[in-house]
Amino acid sequence: MWEQIRSNKIRSVVVITLMGSLLALTGIAAGVAFGGSLDAGFVGGGIGLLLWFFMWMGTVQSGDKVMLRIAGAREIERKDHPQLWNIVEEMTIASRLPQMPRVFIVDDPSPNAFATGRDPKWAGVSVTTGLLRILDRDELQGVVAHEIGHIKNRDVALMTTAGVMMGCIVILAERALRLLWYTGGTRRSRTSGSDSKGGAEAVAMVIALILLVLAPLLAQLIYFALSRKREYLADASGAMFTRYPEGLARALEKLGGSRVALADESRVTAPMYIVRPKARSASGGSKASLFATHPPIQERVRILREMGGGAGLAAYETAYAKVHGGSVVGARSLAGAEALTVREASAAVDTTSERARARTASNAFISASGYVRKECGACGAVLKIPPSVADRMTKCLRCDTPLPS
Amino acid sequence: MTVAVLASLGLILGIVGVIVVVVLYFIGIYNGLVRARNETKNAWSQIDVQLKRRHDLIPNLVETVKGYAKHEAETLEAVISARNAAVSAEGPKAAGAAEGMLSAALGKLFALSEAYPDLKANTNFLALQEELTSTENKIGFARQAYNDAATTYNNKREVFPANLISGGFEEAELFEIEAPAEREVPKVEF
Repeated sequence: MWEQIRSNKIRSVVVITLMGSLLALTGIAAGVAFGGSLDAGFVGGGIGLLLWFFMWMGTVQSGDKVMLRIAGAREIERKDHPQLWNIVEEMTIASRLPQMPRVFIVDDPSPNAFATGRDPKWAGVSVTTGLLRILDRDELQGVVAHEIGHIKNRDVALMTTAGVMMGCIVILAERALRLLWYTGGTRRSRTSGSDSKGGAEAVAMVIALILLVLAPLLAQLIYFALSRKREYLADASGAMFTRYPEGLARALEKLGGSRVALADESRVTAPMYIVRPKARSASGGSKASLFATHPPIQERVRILREMGGGAGLAAYETAYAKVHGGSVVGARSLAGAEALTVREASAAVDTTSERARARTASNAFISASGYVRKECGACGAVLKIPPSVADRMTKCLRCDTPLPS
Repeated sequence: MTVAVLASLGLILGIVGVIVVVVLYFIGIYNGLVRARNETKNAWSQIDVQLKRRHDLIPNLVETVKGYAKHEAETLEAVISARNAAVSAEGPKAAGAAEGMLSAALGKLFALSEAYPDLKANTNFLALQEELTSTENKIGFARQAYNDAATTYNNKREVFPANLISGGFEEAELFEIEAPAEREVPKVEF
């Protein structure tokens, strides 16, 4: 397990270096295109890296808080939803995280989940009420294990860093091209007055232009490929932690079948969710795309079901090669991995109805939001009062008798 | 003469330097072993925490079930005696066997509860069932985590050159897979 983290770190450093170079190149190209000289290019490259640094500082400092706020996540305690809490505890033990992540519920009918926190000490797992409604215990355990896999593999920090780099490259290239479109003509006619220097400058200009067009595309390709790879890895970790790949496979199938769209459809937060929030029916299902944050759900399910009685990383690697071709875990990580056998399905059959699960989930969200529960002594009505009006509501809504304080 | 003195001084310094590096290296190995051993101990205590929690939950469960399933006195007694045996068991081997019996008895109790719709609708029973299911899972995962930690620790103390100084570090025992179904070789028939 330690080996896995180390090889992930090496791979992450390679990808980040690649993205960083691309960002510097874009900056240089923008500088050349503007200033018309290589010196201006270096200034541009410096500006690009500075831009990235400040944006990165901003996201690393408050990234989780922003993400949780955009999603509308509320932190829960054990009493709000004991089952979810227990499952997170189980997966904390199984993954040997140093401490249990915080647990959040998002009030959204669309079934989904995401992980936050740049390192295991600041980690959080969020699930929607829609997810709690449709999944049974084994399936929910699979989803939580996938999210804890993201935390354990430090995907949140990696994807934030890479995402901010991609954003900077796109912004820089787009701004430079747009400005060139309006001002480039006049500038060039002014500077390229002399003979031989003008020729070299024109060549540099053309290269810079090509770079400015290609860099954003390349950056996005790298970013999305990285994101898809991390999804597969989180699935592999999920299967390993639960030792029950079928749970995650069934959960993914249910999520893929859901037609309810998530309220938060922002592209920035998309890679953090277990399944792509948007356009689930259209391309989230079967079609593989170079510009997708997530691999097709059907393929993920097929891989999990091809693991043939194994639950370890090696079994996932074999299944991945069979379904998709190639390698995802990597030889370095496999060297330290042990073979694991699948456990049996939960002993107690989960017969809870969807309606009961939905009620538990929404009650958990309501109590985590600080709602006050009051029971009317006269008519027996149970009122769940928002915290902002709790002290003003003194009478029962149904029968107008004064409520106990 | 001064040259000779300088040369021998250099030699002495060199030897001292090498000794310091070697000593620091072994201190590093020693500390690594201590850390790994503590992690193993910690993983072991996690199992104990979960086992204790299960022992504490069972009297409550038995009380709840009693009210609904009076005819299952035998199953309930089996659970209680298995629990008491597990509480008083001494030594890892005996404890392991007793805990296995307790798991089996609990499994039987939950299977029986399917036949009592009133019991299945009792929120207290449902909460206890969830707690016991989760505790059972946690025991399994804690054992897995302990085995991981123990394997890492054992590897650390056996490799060269750590084995030169790891005399005081006892080998950690691993759990065997206890479910017979997992140990059996699958039969293939043609």
